[in-house]
Parts: sequence; C-alpha cells; structure tokens
Amino acid sequence: MNWKHATIAAAAGVPLIALLGFGLTRDPKIIPSPLPGRDAPDFALRVFAPGDTASVATATTASALADTIRLAALRGEVVVINFWASWCAGCGVEHEALVSVARRYDGQGVRFVGVLYNDTPDLAMRWIRRMGGQNYPSLQDEGSRTAIDYGLYGVPETFIIGPDGRVAYKHAGPVTEQLLIEKIEALRTSSTIPAAGS
Amino acid sequence: MTAQPPATERQGRPGLGRGLGWIGRALLLLALVTFVIMLCAPRVRGQEVSAAPPGANAELDAQVRKLSAELRCPVCQGLSLADSPSELSQEMKNVVRAQLESGKSPDEVKAYFVGRYGEWILLEPKPHGWNLLVYALPLLLVLAGLAGVFFLARRWTLAGAGGHVAESQSAPDVIGTPGAGSRE
Repeated sequence: MNWKHATIAAAAGVPLIALLGFGLTRDPKIIPSPLPGRDAPDFALRVFAPGDTASVATATTASALADTIRLAALRGEVVVINFWASWCAGCGVEHEALVSVARRYDGQGVRFVGVLYNDTPDLAMRWIRRMGGQNYPSLQDEGSRTAIDYGLYGVPETFIIGPDGRVAYKHAGPVTEQLLIEKIEALRTSSTIPAAGS
Repeated sequence: MTAQPPATERQGRPGLGRGLGWIGRALLLLALVTFVIMLCAPRVRGQEVSAAPPGANAELDAQVRKLSAELRCPVCQGLSLADSPSELSQEMKNVVRAQLESGKSPDEVKAYFVGRYGEWILLEPKPHGWNLLVYALPLLLVLAGLAGVFFLARRWTLAGAGGHVAESQSAPDVIGTPGAGSRE
C-alpha cells in the first residue's frame, strides 16, 4: 500500500519538479530571436556621428553631420550592427572591443554601424567623446522603428549580417573581441554561418 | 446686533454652519466655482483624445487597444503593450497604429511582430505543439484533482459506513463498560 502511494506521488511530483527545475535554468529576460537565417530588415538612417574620431571631436553639434546609410547598399559585405545608448552601462563595456575589431577589419569588406536607441544625438556625441571616439558611423533611429524591426528588447544588442544580406548572428549584451572575430571570420570563409548562432 | 447664523443653520445643520465661518464659506464657494469651470473647460493636452473628430478614428483606436493588449511589452515582465508605460511600448503602439492605418489586417500586424520577436511576443500563445500544454495542463490538473476528491470521498464514505456497522455491533459493549454511560 505504501509503495502504491509512493509510486503515485512520484508519478505526479517528479515531472512537476523537473518542469520547475527546467524553468529555473531559463532566463525570462532572454528572448530567442527568429531573425538569424532571415533577410536582415532594411533601413535608411541618418548618420549623426560619422565614425571619424577627429571630426567627432571637432563637431560642435550633431546636426552638422547629416548623411544617410542604407543597409541594402552594403550588400556583399559583412555588416556588424550594434544598437547602443549613452545611458547603457553594457555599451561602455563593449565599446573598446567594437572599436578594436572595426579597426582590424578596416577596408576588408566588413562594415560596422552603431544604431542609437532611445537617446539623443547630442548625449550620444558627448558619450563618444568621453569614450575616446568611435571609428565607425552611428545612426539615429527615429521612433525606434529599426530597433523594433530587429526585435530589440534592450541595449546593447549586436547583429551580424552576412554578405548575402541575411542575419547570421544575434548577440544580446556586451560583445567581446573574440566573439566578434570568430563570427566575422566564419562569415568571411564560408560566407554563411549556422543560423542558430544566437 | 450681534451676527448670528441663520435659524435654519442653527437648527438643521449646526455643525456645518458654525464650523465653516466666512472663510470656510468663501473656500467652499471657490471650490464650487473651480469645479464648474473644470466641467466647462475643454480637454487639454496630456489626455488621450485624438485630434480627429469623434467616431472617425474610434474603430482604429479600438483596434489599436485590442492588439496592444494581445502583444507583450519586450522590456517588461508579463505586461502587455497596452499596460506598459515604457517608451519602447509607446513606439510599438505607434507601429501598430501606422500598420493598421496603412491597411494591414490585425493578423498581419501580429505576424509582423511575431516575425521580429518570435511567438514570445504574443501574450496568448497559439494552440499548437508544446503550446498545447499551456491549455491542456490546467484542465488535466483540475480533472486529476476532482478524481482525487471523488476517490477520497468514496473511501471515507465506505469507511464511515463500515464504522457505523461496527459501532452498532459493539454498542452494547460500550454502554455496558463501567463509567462509559455516566457523565456527571
């Protein structure tokens, strides 16, 4: 009789405990992105920081640097899109890695662009100056339309677009130099990397 | 003559009349005037009223509200776009409105967000695959609970019936035992 009770309790309890245990291993703040493997959403955004350390340092206002970058025009190159904001602590952590890897691949078919999220260009320019400059352009995303197009749920988030125009990889949180180089190299050698990269 | 409150106040509402005084009455009058002005004043900015004539956008507003209540706010915990005050939610609601205005159906707008954020963005998951567990598990647990209650109740009833039989059989012995019948 006791064995029967124990078996019934185990049959009901073990799956429930296993389910709850599985729940504990998952971070509810991480949202799996459906974008890797799909065409990267196109955008045409105004440049507020051109990506030249000298000109950023001398520019008095952000509006003096108007220009537009269209993603579709970068087809055939590896594009690293980094969503960031001046109020974001993680963005300061990854800044050096992004600048360093952008320098490493300068002129080698790899383009870096920053997209500002929920911030003003003036504050962003001040942040860039404080961080010692940025060697790639940063774009202004009015109404966060591009951020929503990319399923953004926080900053920093980084997307790596392959030469075929598809999203190859998405990373939420600060990126490291090693991770960026690894993903970029994989794209440069095979021109596609596994979609399940995120 | 000394100033006295009117007889009606003295008799009918003594507390209110004496407590107010002329300052109180002036404040009450001011409050009444303010209230009337507020009622007559047109709505000002900050209120959720569209500039369009009433009725023209009412259907669109209702659709935006309904869709926003079905989509999850990405920067909150378990809140819908409609309930979230975050800036991203506001922008997403603007996207919902813009897409509906451009002629997209509510299902197409939902599909757009699912394409960007995955099915996670839907507060109510679609009933297929593993999602079915969400719908089936509560029902199964309720059924299991009901079955448990039924079997336990039946066992107790049977045990209770058996107990009565035993009691009636042993009753004479109980009454017959010394001290059992007397409770003084």
